[in-house]
Amino acid sequence: MSLITTTSKIDRLAQLTAKTETASGASLWREAMRRMRASKMAIIGAVIIAGFVLLAIIGPWIAPYGPTEQTWRGEVFSNRGEFVGARAENWFGLDHLGRDLFSRMLVGARQTLLVGVVSMLIGLLIGALVGIVSGAAATLGGKAGRRVDDAIMRVTDILLALPSLLLAVSVAAVMGQSLTTVMIAVGVVQIPVFARLLRGSMLAQGGSDYVLAARSLGIRKRRIVLTQILPNSLSPVIVQATLSLATAIIEAAALSYLGLGNPDPAVPEWGVMLSQAQRFFDNEPMMSMYPAVGIVITALGFTLLGEAMREALDPKLRG
Amino acid sequence: MLRLVVRRLLQLIPTLLGLSVLLFIWLNRLPGGPASAILGERATEADVARINRALGLDQPIYVQYGRFLKRLLDLDLGTSVQTGQPVWDEFVLRFPATVELSVAAMLIATVVGIPLGYLAARKRGGWIDVASVSGSLVGICIPVFFLAQLLKGAFGEIFGTFGRQSTGIDATSVTGFAVLDGLLTGELDAAWDALMHLVLPGIALATIPLAVIVRMTRASVLEVLGEDYIRTAESKGLERRIVRGRHVLRNALLPVVTAVGLLTGSLLSGAVLTESVFTFGGIGSFIRTAIDARDYPVLVGFIMFIAMIYVLINMVVDLAYSVIDPRVRVH
Amino acid sequence: MPLLTVDELTVTFGGRGRKDVRAVNGVSFSVDQGQVVGLVGESGCGKSVTSLALMGLLPAKGVTLGGRAELDGTDLLKISPSKMRDLRGRDMAMIFQDPLSSLNPVVPIGVQVTEILQRHRGLKGEAARKEAAHLLDRVGIPDPDRRLKEYPHQLSGGMRQRALIAMAVACAPRLLIADEPTTALDVTIQAQILELLKELVDQEGTALLMITHDLGVVAGLCDQVNVLYAGKVVESAGRRELFAHPTHPYTHGLLGSIPRLDAPRGEPLHPIRGSINDQIAWADGCAFAPRCDRYEMECLTGTPELTEPRAAGHRARCANPVLATTEVPA
Repeated sequence: MSLITTTSKIDRLAQLTAKTETASGASLWREAMRRMRASKMAIIGAVIIAGFVLLAIIGPWIAPYGPTEQTWRGEVFSNRGEFVGARAENWFGLDHLGRDLFSRMLVGARQTLLVGVVSMLIGLLIGALVGIVSGAAATLGGKAGRRVDDAIMRVTDILLALPSLLLAVSVAAVMGQSLTTVMIAVGVVQIPVFARLLRGSMLAQGGSDYVLAARSLGIRKRRIVLTQILPNSLSPVIVQATLSLATAIIEAAALSYLGLGNPDPAVPEWGVMLSQAQRFFDNEPMMSMYPAVGIVITALGFTLLGEAMREALDPKLRG
Repeated sequence: MLRLVVRRLLQLIPTLLGLSVLLFIWLNRLPGGPASAILGERATEADVARINRALGLDQPIYVQYGRFLKRLLDLDLGTSVQTGQPVWDEFVLRFPATVELSVAAMLIATVVGIPLGYLAARKRGGWIDVASVSGSLVGICIPVFFLAQLLKGAFGEIFGTFGRQSTGIDATSVTGFAVLDGLLTGELDAAWDALMHLVLPGIALATIPLAVIVRMTRASVLEVLGEDYIRTAESKGLERRIVRGRHVLRNALLPVVTAVGLLTGSLLSGAVLTESVFTFGGIGSFIRTAIDARDYPVLVGFIMFIAMIYVLINMVVDLAYSVIDPRVRVH
Repeated sequence: MPLLTVDELTVTFGGRGRKDVRAVNGVSFSVDQGQVVGLVGESGCGKSVTSLALMGLLPAKGVTLGGRAELDGTDLLKISPSKMRDLRGRDMAMIFQDPLSSLNPVVPIGVQVTEILQRHRGLKGEAARKEAAHLLDRVGIPDPDRRLKEYPHQLSGGMRQRALIAMAVACAPRLLIADEPTTALDVTIQAQILELLKELVDQEGTALLMITHDLGVVAGLCDQVNVLYAGKVVESAGRRELFAHPTHPYTHGLLGSIPRLDAPRGEPLHPIRGSINDQIAWADGCAFAPRCDRYEMECLTGTPELTEPRAAGHRARCANPVLATTEVPA
């Protein structure tokens, strides 16, 4: 046997032995990322979202016409309500006021993203805060802690008992009709969802062995909650945040349909455009189709990414 | 069993009380306060003052809340601004139609959803699986009112575009449930007509629960298929039929039952959108117009009403669970 | 002729996009009528996969089987799924590790026992119920009539395992496979369950394939022992021979890592270094070499053969076996 093969054999043995020791150390997130990259759902979702965000950024700049310019108003009115479909100067045709639908879709992407992100953030930030308080109170224990947790969960239960749309309608009724109203109303609906989720996740983590181990090492409970339990409880919240971007955009559209959306014509938003176009559905279904397809595809993008994340983070599915 | 029912009913009380507090705060926050909420936006100063006195708004806040609560307990939900009728009566009149629609939707969702989810799990990665999973993902991403409009546009000619009120063929009212009335009185054409008018709104309303049930059943069956007791059943050489029915389905459907219950509660919210597209004569349509008309007594009553139903459904689900899952029964 | 002959059995997990993993890598052994044979090894050595392969319980997709496994002349790897279904529970039965998760939580014990009687013995209604009660009584469950109506969560751990054993012996199979049947139980219960198994096997003349990592179980129960490492049999011998003269360094190490009552106090234990590694293929040398104290350069070329370096009928797969009787396990 030659010297080279002998030493390479020994090297190989060393590698194999080293592998035996450390093979199981891959971190949860790195593993999740690896699985995400292998998931068709995640890739399609990410591509859709990237396209949508790009559209939201550059849309208003590349729009051929202003969103409120009623350039072809005369044409639409002289047609006696006949709609103008797709043609060379107006790729998506005109709406009922003679505005260019293609331009409105481009400009509307930014508003749609804004509504989704802002209302998700409202729900996420307030909900997470409530969830942390409740989860920490329950984990730190004691009679007072449990009582605080109980009280908070009662309230979220009540809010969850209300159909989300109705809750949003109630908020909108107090605040009047505006874009802010829509975002707050949709966000409020998400608060109890996030609160419940984070609390539940923290409680589950609180009962796990590594927390017991940390406590047996004499680390203070408060420290464990902040440095161990909370970071480990965040993954379902991140998944939910992604998914709720989709529901926020859909719910915002529903609110618009119920007449509680943004009345300002200067800022077209796909949900508002869709609900306005519904009135003309029987004459010109295409007018509804553009914003509807936009909403469905966008919501699908967030849903796909969220579901893929959920699968990637699920320890049961990790092989 | 009876003790469980009583205990659950008692647990309802704090929830409903909390809700009434929220509603009371909400009413007081409405622009113009409850007076203009009741009178509408065209109320004069004098009217507002009169109503404020009549409602006891000059009284301390806890007295006001006490009165509000007492009215709720008396099922006195006020008078609808739109119709001038008591809100409760309006609900009772319209409730059967909505129940009928919800039952139709839930039937469609479960009858299609459970077998589809089961097949998808069994043939994981096959075309049924891919189709039903992507279908359900798309399903939850379509705005309900748009889907309803789409269905109406495409199939409205076949099934009749408008809700059951305007069909002309109505059965003699016995129970208020159109299909049931038609069957009971033997007016089969009316029953058939009512049924046909349920198809499109039923499908539209069923979309989201269907998507949820398919995915839930699929995930649940997949999980159960990996359980040790399925391996045990297989190791006994049992017939496929028995392994699937007694061992896989009976376990896999437990979480689905809970989901069906919770979805039934959320259907009422979807009904607001679906009914208004089809101008279906149920509570949903009524709420839609109430929102437009700022008919606050109707909205308050509806929220209270829905919360009550939702909590009741939750209770029924819990009880059903204790019947079908022996592990719960003992405690 | 042996009741069960397993010859060069291989099980490979693989499929779409994933790297193939060979969990069982040419396992051969046999079980005679009425014999108790042990399949011993640490977790991940392929012993459970072997038993599932014999029972036809591995998923059809993503698993490739190779070699031969004959039960009374029938090749278990080749017969149709429906034939296999007829065989399972009737001619061969299996007991699993975790009795709680192995019982259906929402079906009464009675139904879970009678369903197998109905399937293979055609018993129905009252006759099936009576026989089920008799079976529970036989495996030592008191008040069987009441227990039949109960659900798994209402039984204790030992009682659940007894119920599973009752199902396994319900049709008097010729081969019983027990996969770590005592691992999930309390120590006091473990002995009772082993005692029960021994009793049933003796009475009926059933052959028992005992899968375990516990050498104590092997010492108390088995006639013949096969030691598995990384999907291959590395040593095979009668019980006495194996415990007296462990020949493969792995077996040697296993015995050396057990605390002994008769050893002087303060004497250190001798654990085997590292842990099993499924990355290592036998093709490039002995899979145990990275953990072995006795490995030499020749251990890293080619697969070692199963030879009889010590005595007839005592086979070991090692190029540098432990032969001196005086050598203390180290």
